[in-house]
Amino acid sequence: MKEIDRFLEQPVGWLHATGPESDIVISSRLRLARNLANFPFLTRLTTAQRTEVIQEIEQAVKECNFLRQAYYVTSDKLTELDKQFLLERHLVSRELITEEGKSAVAITPDEMVSLMVIEEDHLRLQVFESGLNLVEAWRIADEIDTELEKRLDYAFDANMGYLTACPTNVGTGIRASCMLHLPSLVLTKQVHKVLQALSKLNLAVRGLYGEGTQASGNFFQFSNQITLGQPEDEIISNLEGVIRQVIAHERESRDYLRKKKKNKMEDQIWRALAILKAARMISSSEAIQLLSLVQVGVDVQVLEGQVTHTDLNQLFLLIQPAHLQKMAGKELSATERDIRRAERIREYFSKVVL
Amino acid sequence: MICNICGTKEATVHLTEITNGQMVEVHICESCAEEKGTEFKTYFNFGDLLSNVPGLEDLLEPSGKKTPLVCKSCGMSYEEFGKNGRLGCADCYETFRKPLAAVIKQVQRAGYHVGKKPSKITKSARNVHDLRKLQERLRKSVESEAFEEAARLRDEIKQMEDKLKKGKKEK
Repeated sequence: MKEIDRFLEQPVGWLHATGPESDIVISSRLRLARNLANFPFLTRLTTAQRTEVIQEIEQAVKECNFLRQAYYVTSDKLTELDKQFLLERHLVSRELITEEGKSAVAITPDEMVSLMVIEEDHLRLQVFESGLNLVEAWRIADEIDTELEKRLDYAFDANMGYLTACPTNVGTGIRASCMLHLPSLVLTKQVHKVLQALSKLNLAVRGLYGEGTQASGNFFQFSNQITLGQPEDEIISNLEGVIRQVIAHERESRDYLRKKKKNKMEDQIWRALAILKAARMISSSEAIQLLSLVQVGVDVQVLEGQVTHTDLNQLFLLIQPAHLQKMAGKELSATERDIRRAERIREYFSKVVL
Repeated sequence: MICNICGTKEATVHLTEITNGQMVEVHICESCAEEKGTEFKTYFNFGDLLSNVPGLEDLLEPSGKKTPLVCKSCGMSYEEFGKNGRLGCADCYETFRKPLAAVIKQVQRAGYHVGKKPSKITKSARNVHDLRKLQERLRKSVESEAFEEAARLRDEIKQMEDKLKKGKKEK
């Protein structure tokens, strides 16, 4: 078995739905951008320098207590499917896998930490947590960063902070983000109002599984925009504060639906479940939309005891294209994927009684 | 933050997008957002965005002189940065300090860093950084009307500035 396939066998740690507010906040992620002082940034890096940067960081990873156990792999050792698979698990970014030259990634066995080498910046450290837990994610990222900097010389300027290839990351190099599931706000058509109000606060919001800015499946990612002029903990607490407000709005809408639109909502939940239990072919966007409704069913206790958030979170991941292909052990056409996806979903809901 | 399109109104819509593997961040005011509607997705690229920054063109070609701004360390020109939104090396920040300040002012809260610093930096860099942090704390204590704390911080800053000046003279 290839080392990477080990991940396929295990559930993703940060999708466990165990963290704070995990019925609404799926996960928290904290990313730090760093560059080595003695090399140009990516666009000006020669092939020889690129190899040197990778070697230097690999050495630092090996000597870092936190990352010693990590699975370390260079991009030339990964197939296209492997890359897509890691992307679906959020362990690498689209930038990293579309990058033509060599790059690398280190992933801890529990998948809570991934360190990308040669992304837009020389080094991109990501820490994941289940639920709303940016503070813990920052604590861990800070610890790893402090350990790495003992061995690496970072590009740092007293005025501008950590220097990054794109000036939108300069300063702290921090991007904190949370993935939120906001079905009640979408169903009650309140979500745009909430997002409009939020956009005044220098935050970015985008759909998770959606293309571009159009969210599908009621998932939204919230992240900070400002990286300079504010200390890390303040950036994080600002974002958390806003997210707590969004959570409050979602719960209000949920209560409203439960009290005032009970029949209509229950109808939608059971219909979604019926399709999922019956479909012989299903696209990923339809599946996500329907699974999102099932998740509402869990939230409003219609499906209590039959389905759990933890299982649903994992299911969202397992029905993605690269995951289906990895599990099948071969490449699949779009039609074959739709069939396998439907099979997997039917299998999961087989015990749920309509 | 000011709108990237009209450059006059306060931006209230903030988008982050990945197009062809490139991350683009756009800040737009409400009226421009309405006008552009669903075109968002493909309409923007970082180059357009930067070229719309007021005053930037003057900085690209300072007062009629046609010498483009080029980083001595990596050879990147400001024009090239405008196209792909990525700097070439750490020194670009110094080379393009002026035009970058305009960009940074649009997207960031302040022009200087007050967060974490690496343990391995020069003493002078550390002093500058510490001073910034104190100034940031002062700003916050004034904001929250903690004037005793503010007075104490002001004295501390004064002391530190004097020390830094002395240090420079001795050199």
